[in-house]
Order: sequence, then structure tokens, then C-alpha cells
Amino acid sequence: MAYVTKSPWVVHYDGSSCNGCDIEVLACLTPMYDVERFGIINTGNPKHADVFLVTGSVNEQNKDVVKQIYDQMPEPKVVVAVGICACSGGVFRDCYNILGGVDTVIPVDCYVPGCAARPEAIIDGVVKGLGVLEAKRAAMLENPPAKAEVAEEAIGEPAEAAEEIEEGGNS
Amino acid sequence: MVFRIISVVAYLVLAPILGCLLAGLDRKLSAKMQRRVGPPILQPYYDVRKLFEKEKQSPTRFQDFYIIAYLVFLIGAGAIFFAGGDLLLVIFTETIGSAFLIIAAYSSNSPYAEVGAERELLQMMAYEPMMLLTAVGFYMFHGSFTVHDLISPDRMAFLPMIGLFLGFLYILTIKFRKSPFDLSMSHHAHQELVRGITTEFVGRTMGWIEISHWYENVFILGFIFLFFTNGSVAGCVIGALVCIAAYFLEVLIDNCFARMKWQFAFKSAWIAAIVLGMVNIFILQLMF
Ligand code: SF4
Repeated sequence: MAYVTKSPWVVHYDGSSCNGCDIEVLACLTPMYDVERFGIINTGNPKHADVFLVTGSVNEQNKDVVKQIYDQMPEPKVVVAVGICACSGGVFRDCYNILGGVDTVIPVDCYVPGCAARPEAIIDGVVKGLGVLEAKRAAMLENPPAKAEVAEEAIGEPAEAAEEIEEGGNS
Repeated sequence: MVFRIISVVAYLVLAPILGCLLAGLDRKLSAKMQRRVGPPILQPYYDVRKLFEKEKQSPTRFQDFYIIAYLVFLIGAGAIFFAGGDLLLVIFTETIGSAFLIIAAYSSNSPYAEVGAERELLQMMAYEPMMLLTAVGFYMFHGSFTVHDLISPDRMAFLPMIGLFLGFLYILTIKFRKSPFDLSMSHHAHQELVRGITTEFVGRTMGWIEISHWYENVFILGFIFLFFTNGSVAGCVIGALVCIAAYFLEVLIDNCFARMKWQFAFKSAWIAAIVLGMVNIFILQLMF
């Protein structure tokens, strides 16, 4: 069994969440739920993280931030979208600056619906993500990481490219 | 000679195991103090194994070289200690190792790592005088800097050197990177500097750092042990018990205090060195 599933370190990013889901993510760290018993650590550093928890939907302002955090994380990594906002845009979906769920910018491996998502559901989501993490680790052993990265680039590419053309490529 | 080789080999093999278990107990104990279940005792081992599974990533080519140098010098410092070498050489070898960690952080050019590296420098400046005073105290009491002479003396150094012992206990918090003084990097979820000095160390590089910490923690506890040995079995047992008690105390302190500013860490460590250390040295001077 891959050790990555025994010590998943989490980086948490708040998109345009109403803070409801963030509070629930933090609740997972409290003595009541204590996710550290699974070896989960909430780290502030994407370079140390294995699991990317995103709460809230992605908007024009933070799409680059989400993408950058994702790119900075070393393989293998999984993305867990927490809350209905992160899954699909939720109640904010029709706002003028909202792009939609997190999957409009980066590939998402696990969706945790709910408004707000309950701590139990979030832990469930992360544990589900661990399965994906192990599969990715196995895939990484077979083909070198560079190849895996190219594949991911391709997933995010079309939407990204379109955005950039619209903005006049000011990134 | 044979005994020295055996003790160095034992150190090289057992220190990471002991260090890993200590780190695991630390996290379990912290969890219990916070009324949590906490991770398994072997969690630090899982963490390091995981770090070695991750993709290689490094902002510069030289960073990994510096980190390996850090590991080698720290292992070297411990090896000199357990071979019964010179205490001053141990302290300076360790200082060179720490300098490599700081250079590695600077080499990444990341602002977070740089702030962490600066703080690490300040921490070194805070604890270094007390480390040296401790070595000087041992010299004044036993008439020798070599660990070989210090490990089997005829009398216990603890009571005459109690000021130095308390001063050393104070800087132990800085050395173990425990909470009031975990300025440059923290094992907890403080995130104000992302991850401080270790921000840019990814995957196996971070794994090497964890392993170095295991080695480092073990031989720092060896310093505590030196205060209690008097050549008898009883002295060794007391020494080992005090090492465990000191580690427990550090975990307790870690959980009781919020992080302080570097100014406080710096001033208080120097005040401890001057008041506890220097006064003790003067008393030793009068006694012997
Ligand atoms: S899903 Fe609900 S609680 Fe969570 S961020 Fe969206 S609106 Fe807030």
C-alpha cells in the first residue's frame, strides 16, 4: 500500500465561499473529529500538500490563484471540491463574475456536495480521494511524472486558452 | 577503540529509529493533551516514506546538495559525540550543518523561505552562547572537553552545574523547535509564513530534513545525559530518565504557549545564558 494514503497533507483554499464550508473544514481539525488520527495535517504550503481542498466557487479574480496552487503541488495529488459552490457554483452560479465549480479551472477528483458540507462528509470525501491518490501513485510509478503532467495540462487547457484570448493574454 | 566504533554504528542505526519514535510519541502526547485521539505512533515514519514517494521538485539544482550536506554534518556531529570526541567539535559541526540548512533556504530565492532562514539565524544566535557555555562548564568541572572523559567521570555534574542545566533546558525549546520559539518552522498548523524555512523543500528533500531532525534530537538529548552520568549504572538510569522527563516537559511547553516574537526568544535566551550560565561558571571558577 502506498504511504501517501497514510499521511495525506491538506492545503485548503477558500474560493468565493460564504465561509460556511471553511468553518466546517476547520471543524474537521477539532478534537471532535480530529482528522490527524488519519495522519492528515492541514499545511499552508501547496508544495507539501497531497490533497487540495477547495471551498467556494471559482471567479475571474481567483482562477489564477487556484491554478497556481494546483500547479505547485507535487505529484501525486488530488483535488477535493467541498460544498455545492465548489462542485457547481451553487447559489452563486449566475453571478456575473463566477466561472462555476472548481472543475472549470482544474481537474477535480472528488466532489463533496452540501451547503454547508458536513465535517463527516468532508472526511469521507478526503478518504475517497485517498483511493484516487493511490491510483495516481501507481500510475506515476509506471510512467514518469513529466508525462502525467502533460496529460493534466491537456484537461485544463481549452478553457484556459479561451480565457486568455479574451483577456488579451495579460497573465 | 572497538567500543567507540560500536557506539557510532549503534548511533547511526538506532538514532533515526529512536528519533522517529520520539517524534511519534510527541504527536500522540500532544493529541492527548488536547483531548484528541492523535495519529499512530509511527506517523512520522509514514510521513517520511510518503515524502520519498512524491515527485522530485526543486527550485535550484543546488538545494538538494545543501540539504544532503546538512544531513551529513548533523550525522557527523552526532557521530563525534557518540565516538567520545570533542564537545566543542560537536557543537561547531552541528552549527555548520545548520548553516547549510539556512543556505539551502536562501538558495531557493523564495520570500517565505528567506524569512524563515532569517529567523533560523536569529534562533541560532539565541541558543549558541548557551551551548558554548555548557561546554565550558563541563570543561571547568571535569577538566576536559572530550565526551569520552565526560561520560565516565567520578562525580555527577548536575548539582554544581545546575544553573547551566536550567539554561540548557531553556534553549532546548529552541533547539527542538517547540512552540514559544518555533519561529523558523513549526510542526503545527501555524501558517503565517507558509512553512517558514522549509517552504521550498519538496518531497524527498523534506524527507531528508525530517531524518536529520531525528538524528539531531537524539544527540541533543545526549547533552542532557552528560549532566547526570557519574560512571555508575545509577547515574545512567537517572540520566535516561531525565532525558525522557525533559522531552515530556518540552511537549508540555509546546502545548501551553503561543508563539512569541523573535525579540523575546533572543533576549530571554541570552538572559538565561548570562544569568544562569555565567553565574554558574563563576561559581565553578571559585569552587575549583
Ligand atoms: S456550499 Fe453553502 S456553505 Fe459552502 S460556501 Fe457555498 S454557500 Fe457557503
